[in-house]
Amino acid sequence: MEFNSKNTTAEQTGKLLGLSEAVKRYVHDGDVISFGGFSATQSPMAAVHEIIRQRIGNLHVVGAASGQALDELVGAGCVEGVETAYCGNGKLTSTCIRFRKAVERGEIKMEDYSLYMMTLRFLAGAMGVPFLPTYSALSTDIVKKWTYDEEDRRKNPRLAPQKVIILDNPFNTSGRVDKLVLVPALQPDVTIIHAQKADILGNVQLWGLNFTDVEQAKSSKNLIVTCEEIVETEELRQDPEKNMIVGFLVSAVVEIPWGAYPCSVFGYYDYDPWFFRDFYQEAAKDDSKWQGYLDKYVYGTKDRQEFLELIGMDRLQTLRADETGYNPSLNRR
Amino acid sequence: MPDYSSQEMMAIMAAREVKNSDIVLAGTGLAMLAAIAAKKITAPEVSIFFESGSFDVPLTQLPLSVADPRVMHGAIRMAGMAESFAIIQNQLTGRRVLSMLGAAQIDIYGNLNSTAIGNWRKPKVRFSGSGGACDIASLTGQFWVVIKLGRQRFVETVDYLTTPGFLDGAGAREKAGLPGGGPAMVITDKACFRFDGTTRKMYLHNYYPGLTPQAVQEEVSFKIDLTRATEAKPPTEHELHILRTQCDPDGVVSGG
Repeated sequence: MEFNSKNTTAEQTGKLLGLSEAVKRYVHDGDVISFGGFSATQSPMAAVHEIIRQRIGNLHVVGAASGQALDELVGAGCVEGVETAYCGNGKLTSTCIRFRKAVERGEIKMEDYSLYMMTLRFLAGAMGVPFLPTYSALSTDIVKKWTYDEEDRRKNPRLAPQKVIILDNPFNTSGRVDKLVLVPALQPDVTIIHAQKADILGNVQLWGLNFTDVEQAKSSKNLIVTCEEIVETEELRQDPEKNMIVGFLVSAVVEIPWGAYPCSVFGYYDYDPWFFRDFYQEAAKDDSKWQGYLDKYVYGTKDRQEFLELIGMDRLQTLRADETGYNPSLNRR
Repeated sequence: MPDYSSQEMMAIMAAREVKNSDIVLAGTGLAMLAAIAAKKITAPEVSIFFESGSFDVPLTQLPLSVADPRVMHGAIRMAGMAESFAIIQNQLTGRRVLSMLGAAQIDIYGNLNSTAIGNWRKPKVRFSGSGGACDIASLTGQFWVVIKLGRQRFVETVDYLTTPGFLDGAGAREKAGLPGGGPAMVITDKACFRFDGTTRKMYLHNYYPGLTPQAVQEEVSFKIDLTRATEAKPPTEHELHILRTQCDPDGVVSGG
């Protein structure tokens, strides 16, 4: 079958950008921003480093299962407030270290939600409705304790006017208690996700688990997609059920191989246990070492390529996925 | 008697209680090891899924999180989280799900804290936060807690109620409108606990070989009913062999 896409050029769509330009254009001081992936899986780390390099600040990060991306941004002082359900990397980092320090020191505001609540908040934004209901979290401190009170929320246009609202089911005729927690929709200024493949029109192919990537993408005013490979549109047409995001939703598309490292990308590479457990943990737990990490690995590198050279290609090659989508012989102890 | 670690005992104690007909939803860490041990040792037909959206995975290597690529390869379905949580919220399916969770603190009613120690606004220790734990405990038919014993963990009142157990006792979940059945078992490195059907208070169900009920009470900040306790059977060679060779062959969790 022939499709008439070969005449479309990057110039025509204008979406294929370098990472520095994409971040400059679509990420601004004070934005409400969300990152795709799930803790140590498929987080857009190259983009996170570029945000730090450009010293974009006062960000309000909204997330679902946050992890390494949020931790580095918080550690670099880019973040004012966070609304999320989690900040860890599973057994690799049970609680992210710079995040933990920042909350304990009162340097950032952290509004806790559950993972389903955050999923529903992005889904509501993606659906264009103001809220969605759930039975989760009734009578918990997640519902009762508000970091941002109503007064804070009146003054801050980045926040919903209420953290949650409890509502009696208006359809209930059973006589039993039937309360629901309403969670407010999110429509971030910008979302950044990392994908396996995309084309220059911004059509995106995601493999493996997508978590809340698609809801985050659809709820967002702008969307940056970084990907392992830019491919021909023809190739994407062979697997339309894997193409989770259509090009017209995308503001910018950027090709960045190893763009999620040290996080994993299913089908391309595994997470790097050495980076999380030894190298990063060592740097993150000590304030002066942390500044040294940022100076050398982020501010001191002009782009992703230079960062990867510091990590070393030998190291990266040990993470290469086989047909399982990860590296079964990786040393994870 | 074979030599074994406390992590191995915890996984085996949980695994023994799982039935083939169960649908198991597991969190990260020891909870996940317990679920895998159940599948490989006691209940091969059990269906395991993760909040991240992965269903019925072969689990040839132990995942380090619910989003590890090791929960992707060979799965029977990979869904978004909007789907995985809807499956437990919808009580047609949610009530059939047995879930396993970890936590930093637990109280006598099985309420859990995985958010903060001290004043939550400026905590002494900040943890990762709920993740899906609050949702899972709110919505599934029953949940089990996998947690180490100790007075800092087994507390009078949790510093932050992240995840609902029986709240403040009999009838409280019903009054709150939580659809899930609440906590059913607590598995630790020294003993297992269950919950009284009337008072909803935790009681000692069994204690591990070499320990006494009094020794367990010493490590719990609240008063525990010890009268129903029996001594648990140690892990068998067979259980340990399967755990070590098939559940966590690299020792990433059970190796401590």
